[in-house]
Amino acid sequence: MNGEIAAILAMDGIASGAIYVLIGLGLVLIFAVTRVIFVPFGDIAAFTALSLASLETGGRPGTVGLVAVLAVLATAVEAVALVRNRAFHRLPRALLFYLVLPLIPAAAVWFAAGTTFSMPVRIVLSLALVLPIAPLLDRIVFRPIADASVLLLLTVAVALHFALSGLGLMFFGPEGVRTKPLTDAVFDVAGLIVNGQMLLILAASIVFCGLLFLYFEFTIQGKALRATAVNRVGARLVGIRPTSTGTIAYLLASLLAGISGVLIAPVTTIFYDSGFLLGLKAFVGAIIGAMVSYPVTALGAVMVGLLESFTSFWLSAYKEVLVFSLLIPVLLWRSLAFAGTEEEEAEE
Amino acid sequence: MTRLQFHLVAAAGVLLLALAPALLSPFSITLMNFIGIYALAVLGLVLLSGIGGMLSFGQAAFVGIAAYATAWLTVKAGYSPWIGLVVGVVLTGLVAAILGAVTLRLGGHFLSLSTIAWGLATYFLFGNVPMLGQYNGISEIPPISIGGYALSSSNSIYYLIWVFVIVSLVLSANLLDSREGRAVRALRGGQVMTESLGINPFRVKLITFVIAALLSALSGWLYAHMSRFVSPAPFDVSVGILYLLMAMVGGMAYLSGAIVGAAVVTLLKNSIQDWLPVISPGASGQLEVIVFSVLFILVLQRARAGIVPLALRWLPRVQPTPPLASGSLVHRQQPERGQPILTIAGATRRFGGLLAVDNVSFEVKAGEILGLIGPNGAGKTTMFNLITGALPLNQGRISFLGQDISRHAQRQIARAGIARTFQHVKLRKTMTLLDTVLLGTYGRTSSGFFAGVLRLDRAEEARAQAEAMRQLQRVGLADRAFELAGNLPLGNQRLLEIARALAADPALLVLDEPAAGLRSAEKAELAHLLEALRAEGLSILLVEHDMDFVMGLVDRTVVMDFGAKLCEGTPAVVRSDPRVQEAYLGGVA
Repeated sequence: MNGEIAAILAMDGIASGAIYVLIGLGLVLIFAVTRVIFVPFGDIAAFTALSLASLETGGRPGTVGLVAVLAVLATAVEAVALVRNRAFHRLPRALLFYLVLPLIPAAAVWFAAGTTFSMPVRIVLSLALVLPIAPLLDRIVFRPIADASVLLLLTVAVALHFALSGLGLMFFGPEGVRTKPLTDAVFDVAGLIVNGQMLLILAASIVFCGLLFLYFEFTIQGKALRATAVNRVGARLVGIRPTSTGTIAYLLASLLAGISGVLIAPVTTIFYDSGFLLGLKAFVGAIIGAMVSYPVTALGAVMVGLLESFTSFWLSAYKEVLVFSLLIPVLLWRSLAFAGTEEEEAEE
Repeated sequence: MTRLQFHLVAAAGVLLLALAPALLSPFSITLMNFIGIYALAVLGLVLLSGIGGMLSFGQAAFVGIAAYATAWLTVKAGYSPWIGLVVGVVLTGLVAAILGAVTLRLGGHFLSLSTIAWGLATYFLFGNVPMLGQYNGISEIPPISIGGYALSSSNSIYYLIWVFVIVSLVLSANLLDSREGRAVRALRGGQVMTESLGINPFRVKLITFVIAALLSALSGWLYAHMSRFVSPAPFDVSVGILYLLMAMVGGMAYLSGAIVGAAVVTLLKNSIQDWLPVISPGASGQLEVIVFSVLFILVLQRARAGIVPLALRWLPRVQPTPPLASGSLVHRQQPERGQPILTIAGATRRFGGLLAVDNVSFEVKAGEILGLIGPNGAGKTTMFNLITGALPLNQGRISFLGQDISRHAQRQIARAGIARTFQHVKLRKTMTLLDTVLLGTYGRTSSGFFAGVLRLDRAEEARAQAEAMRQLQRVGLADRAFELAGNLPLGNQRLLEIARALAADPALLVLDEPAAGLRSAEKAELAHLLEALRAEGLSILLVEHDMDFVMGLVDRTVVMDFGAKLCEGTPAVVRSDPRVQEAYLGGVA
């Protein structure tokens, strides 16, 4: 391998690392606020890419059906809960939030089928389509067991991934898609050809990490999210509702996942089940950050991208094996470095 | 139901299983074969996750390692399937030991996440190694043959599978009813509790992890030679989840849950495969995945305990086996009354800038009850943790029976003869009183996993049970030996913890606020017990808040305030000390 190839591989690695960064930060965000290790998170990214591709060809994205099914289910779950608690006055609000709002973008896309939109409109539409999925899943699946142990929530999340991948196949079909590049620009940097898409990925990643930082540091809502992450009971005592901070966390994280989906769609062929591996690689990053640290997660995610890019050059068949095996030394390091500091496990 | 009746029912069950091939269609037998093969892997998962508390998504990988090992050895190298069995089991055990050594120190969800990671890595390894046929797998695996007779039909391998299942079930039940098995069941109580009983939780976890992997290996070996074909798909993480579903549906906390769960899910899967194509032709594959995932989520949301505990409510209870109780364990010679037994010299502990314990020195003498008292925040609990080894000292020295224990781990201190109880009772709610107290004898007995599984431990077990019954008698709970610890009221739970501590035959008993939350009659009962123990020559260190309780009971008192020792002496001396009055009541202006 010469310097030029190394540089190309490094660039590739950083670009895919940047995508894992966005997903990894979302995972940490959701975990911190809700204690759910949201395994199907990569699916959100993949579904965005699939929606975008479908809009590009003027079709009706499968997301429309998926969101419709989830919205109906969530509304039903919420309605049953409200009726049981005899809180009938809250029914209209529930209908608005769980049925009407999520279905607005879906309905818009449904009736506009066949029209070709410009690139920015397509991107905004696919993001809007995908955003309600995670909060709706939260309402249907996780909120009824919000007080369960992290381990139980994790098990549910893994099962949920398999349900979603089944639904994904149903609504999107087995074909892989790849969208048009967001930009055709090509730069020549010191003899190296750098394409614009790659720079765009990097820039987007950096911008959204920065926005996330500003949001957490300087907005009251961001602070409420951090407070919930530190102590749910304490947050409740000062008037923060864990359910609504949970919804905000899911929305915000979905936005990050959606953007990473938009960014990756022109680079890799995306299938209905590509999200699992995407999410799990981001996970490796998140675990390096111990599921709590945003900067270390970002660093870890970039490392995963680099490792993946270099192993695909040497040992492409064993790329996945190596990426997931990386977790074992990382865990070993964690278990040695943090020996004895693990909190007491709660009894069930 | 008596034990005899229970054994008759079990024998009838086995007989029915043996007759099944004559009664059922070949297709039903094939289903039974799958149930048996799944049940083996799920049995391991029940031991590991349901009982040991280590949730694994990766069991299918272990099934795969053994299946691929035997497939490669028999097809590519031409060895007998029996060699495949040995190599498969050894290889799986080795891989599990290495993975376990690396990951089992991790707590809760990190451990489970790591199982997803190595589960996936193994799957991709199977799919990419050319020697293992990549995603095409290995076909034409020969059948197992016994004495020249090839088990190639599903009716013949049926017997082999179910012999494996039943033997594994019986051996696992033996294990859980042994010294190490009780340690496995105690794991979920947390590190501090297990260490305080002299158990090395990491070792117990690791061995449990390997046992679970070995059960998976048996499953994988049978699978490879039954289906005569292996490919990566049946060893994916999604199948690991299916195993978890089986365990949950059956009942994670029960060995029999493995068989019930495997049967219910396999039959359900089969009937779903029958009617899904009718509902939606062409989409049945993905529908099956959705149906199972949704089912799993519903089970997790609404019926986490599974079928077995539900069924047990309706079935007659089997009478408990009376305790083996014969002989007795060796008792220590208590040191002579009045000798210093525990010496604390200049103990200091800081938390950041806070001096929680500041240069504290005192002694506990053999045969006395020493009270350690002080207002809230005085550093009593920290002192307690320093003595029991739950926290390391920053400075100073603690010696016990002439031995320096300042740098000892909790487990070593427990083994040296300091037994403790907890302020917030740490008991396993689903263990009987007898089993709970038997846990206390862990440090005095030595039967290992192997002896437990093969029932070679019965003589020692009889002695341990005699000891446990004696301690239950001592605290007045002997007539409830077979009730569950979780069903006792708090006062009795505290007495049970003391019985467990006494079963370790300590020289020093350290009690952390034993009177907290007790009613006055219960306090009197406790005081009475402690006095009786002192009369027998046991030394007791009492950390307590309740002044009436302490002052009526102790020989001497050490008072702490703001991390430092304020004074020490008999209750009368301490009570009249103005410094103590000031600390408790505030200064007289």
